[in-house]
Amino acid sequence: MSGFTESDHQRRRAAGEAGQVASEPLGEGAARIADAFATSGKRAALMPYLMGGFPSPERSLDIGLAYADGGADLVELGVPFSDPLADGPVVAAAGTAALRAGATVARVMEVCEGLAGRLPVVLMCYANLVLVRGPQVFAAALRDAGASGLIVPDLPMEEAPAVLAACDAAGIALVPLVAPTTPDERLHAIGARARGFLYTVSVTGTTGERAAPLGERVAQIVGRAKAATDVPVALGFGITTPEQASEAADAGADGVIVGSRLVREAAEAKDPAPAVRRVVAALAAALS
Amino acid sequence: MTAVEHRFGPYGGQYVPETLMPALAELEQAWVVARDDPGYLEELQELLRDFAGRPSRLYRARRLSEYVSGPAHARTIYLKREDLNHTGSHKVNNAIGQALLAQRMGKRRIIAETGAGQHGVASATACALLGMECVVFMGTEDIRRQRPNVERMQLLGARVHPVEAGSGTLKDATSEAIRDWVTNVESTHYIIGSAVGPAPYPSLVRDLQRVIGDEARAQILEREGRLPDRVIACVGGGSNAIGIFTAFVGDPDVELIGVEAAGDGLDSGRHGAPLTVGGQSGVLHGSMSAVMQDAEGQITEAHSISAGLDYPGSGPEHAHLRDLGRARYVAVTDVDALRAFTTVTKLEGIIPALETAHAFHFALEEPSTSTLDLVCLSGRGDKDLAQVLERLGAEEL
Repeated sequence: MSGFTESDHQRRRAAGEAGQVASEPLGEGAARIADAFATSGKRAALMPYLMGGFPSPERSLDIGLAYADGGADLVELGVPFSDPLADGPVVAAAGTAALRAGATVARVMEVCEGLAGRLPVVLMCYANLVLVRGPQVFAAALRDAGASGLIVPDLPMEEAPAVLAACDAAGIALVPLVAPTTPDERLHAIGARARGFLYTVSVTGTTGERAAPLGERVAQIVGRAKAATDVPVALGFGITTPEQASEAADAGADGVIVGSRLVREAAEAKDPAPAVRRVVAALAAALS
Repeated sequence: MTAVEHRFGPYGGQYVPETLMPALAELEQAWVVARDDPGYLEELQELLRDFAGRPSRLYRARRLSEYVSGPAHARTIYLKREDLNHTGSHKVNNAIGQALLAQRMGKRRIIAETGAGQHGVASATACALLGMECVVFMGTEDIRRQRPNVERMQLLGARVHPVEAGSGTLKDATSEAIRDWVTNVESTHYIIGSAVGPAPYPSLVRDLQRVIGDEARAQILEREGRLPDRVIACVGGGSNAIGIFTAFVGDPDVELIGVEAAGDGLDSGRHGAPLTVGGQSGVLHGSMSAVMQDAEGQITEAHSISAGLDYPGSGPEHAHLRDLGRARYVAVTDVDALRAFTTVTKLEGIIPALETAHAFHFALEEPSTSTLDLVCLSGRGDKDLAQVLERLGAEEL
């Protein structure tokens, strides 16, 4: 496992407190994420999104394993929340259904454990679920479940210090988001604090499928993000088709995140696991 | 230029998607400039005076005062008549102020959430006045129980966007409005209707609503030569309450009381009283405050007969005033609010909003040694008639 000692953690915390946020030594989670990007064998690593507990806890694990079978390099595992402000209708509805089907944070952590043996898991979880438990308790639970990273879509840089410190201490990579609206100076500040990868939102909007090609603007969005950070840049929100995934790779993205397309497949297919595996395989082929 | 508060003690903050952060910074900057700009303030004051009808009246409620007075104890109740504002509630103060601010920021499209419909109507009215596009998000349950306000908004040229998610009430409407803002942030200003949301909204809304208390304080000093013993206001998100409290926060002898919705009763779990119930704070709609949540941290559904109080969150400044002991929060049930609704209507010839009726129940029925009460009559109750009739039946009226 990790070669880090307690004194490494203390040094890192001390460095964070002194404001030296760049050039952190890699935590265990960040190292596994970095390895997944480096060894994907694709033009860009493929990171499908899975709604934890949807349509049921057991079946969501099967869907996540099917992602791995289809050629995913990492998985983004969503924790359902009552008020998901960053999500469009497909992911929001799946979250509501998951909660009705009895999903809890603990059960999503079990899904995480089930997947972490196959591929690195980055948990996507809204701030209240993290803060209610306390950042340290939450980060420790993530570590125990084998997770590599954490994305909190409603925790901007200003609100993140306590969660970042707790994640650093637990060896979990706190992955920040940047948006097309983020100004350059802010982008650099976020990029310097990024662990694991920089989640680069491709559109001004919520998650959800978009039909149109990503177009020329995506090169600028990816280029701007890459100039602001040393970690890999993964593009997400609105990427639906293999063609769009390929466009993202052409634009220089180190990773591609596909969410709503797969959540919809899981919702509509009679037998979700093989259905999502086919979709993931097509995306993986477009990136090879 | 002093900055705008982002935190009230441990409460407040900006728990929103990154996409919105630059827009919040832009809004804060615009407000910091506008609030000291004579041009903005003059236009706002002119519209509040000539269009909205400010200053609103301070009314000595004779029969309510009689109702609460005994042989050994006289108490006088004054009502701050926000119900007499154009559009029928205090919401117009904030809607006009923010719409003017949006105009300065070059945003031509306005979105708003609404529960009872009062903020939606106020926003639709401000947009008609200023020639702006307006979309109002409203839960389907609230559309059902506040039909007249839906029709008013449509007449005013606004599009009412029904929200079916969750319980189809204010929480869901607010979430959907925030999602729209995330998507259209470059063209759109979100006029949040209460003292909730990410910074700078709780401060911005308070600054625009504090006119209620500033006027009332001067009016009651002129009439009575003294400050009230108590200031009482209903609290959903808490904009009329923070609006009337702010002028009195520095007067330690004035008791500030916020009245939340106890719904079917606090023990039933079906209520809208996060400040009264207490417990762990949480993040809802961009700020940390008192919220209704389960042990997991999932936000739970509120319940109140009044759509404007049917909200599981609360303004962060209220949570802070509560912790400081500067304001006290209590809760009144649906049944008691309905009784106060008819009592006030019969005794004063004023039909109060069901929201305000909660504050009236507390003022009229809870024992007190106060001799001078100030109640914020936040809105009129015409919008609630169908619902009250359905609930009470003709014989109980």
